[in-house]
Amino acid sequence: MAKVYYEDVAVGAEITPLVKEPTTRQLVRWAGASGDFNEVHYDKDVAQSLGLPGVIVHGLLKFQFLIQMLTDWIGVDGTLQKVSCRYRGMDFPGDTITCKGTVVNKFVDGDQHCLECEITVENQRGEQTTPGRAIVAVPSRG
Amino acid sequence: MADDSIITDETRAKIGTTLEPVVFEVEKGAIRRFAQAVEDPNPLYAEDEYARKTPYGGIVCPPGFFGWPVGQTVGMETLINVVDPPLKNILNGGNEAEFYLPVRPGDVLVSYTKLADLYEKTGSAGKMLFAVFEATYKNQVDQVVAKMRYTFIFY
Repeated sequence: MAKVYYEDVAVGAEITPLVKEPTTRQLVRWAGASGDFNEVHYDKDVAQSLGLPGVIVHGLLKFQFLIQMLTDWIGVDGTLQKVSCRYRGMDFPGDTITCKGTVVNKFVDGDQHCLECEITVENQRGEQTTPGRAIVAVPSRG
Repeated sequence: MADDSIITDETRAKIGTTLEPVVFEVEKGAIRRFAQAVEDPNPLYAEDEYARKTPYGGIVCPPGFFGWPVGQTVGMETLINVVDPPLKNILNGGNEAEFYLPVRPGDVLVSYTKLADLYEKTGSAGKMLFAVFEATYKNQVDQVVAKMRYTFIFY
């Protein structure tokens, strides 16, 4: 049985949120696994020399957090077709960040049953640092 | 104002330029390390037995992973260094992905990337250059598996 069926989701429905608590250790790990070795993500001196309070979470890691939220939500019977985000604000190790989303549109494209979503990353300060959009295709009961 | 634009005519002429294609051999271990770094425990990315029973029929990459390194930075500097004076810092401005086909361990992808746009803004740190790159990833049988759009901010 699929996790999400097209007919069961109404516009306005919320995506199951995903909470992340990134640490500097995770950022180092991400640097290695992604190949992004920009020091601003793990060297506090470099970050502060750029006027930042400390190291910052990689944008692409937040993009990947949003993708994890979406794939967790739809499961293996759904497919992620499109996802985008903008990095409007910074998040720091020690922050509690929550990936969230809402279904804003439903449409059928050929044999694909699609849900269009507004997504975002929100930190504990209430800042929406990483707003974006996504389209997922999910099974139909029909 | 055009007079103090940091984008020279020479730089502007680079819009539309295609970078050298880059080959990505998608390794199972690299997929696992990527998922671990995200702290995404989805067994679809790591456990053969589980993945075989899913509609995918085997391990796939998390959407967004097309082999190491991630993010289209290979060769990018050669296009951007034409800015005068040179901008030394870089931030990620945004990402956009379209996924068409799953990517599996053992796949050999080639990315074809072009500089899609350049524009500038003035922020608190002074002039900022926005460079938009569009990458198309094809697999070993010439199918387009994904497209990615990267906006980098240089300042």
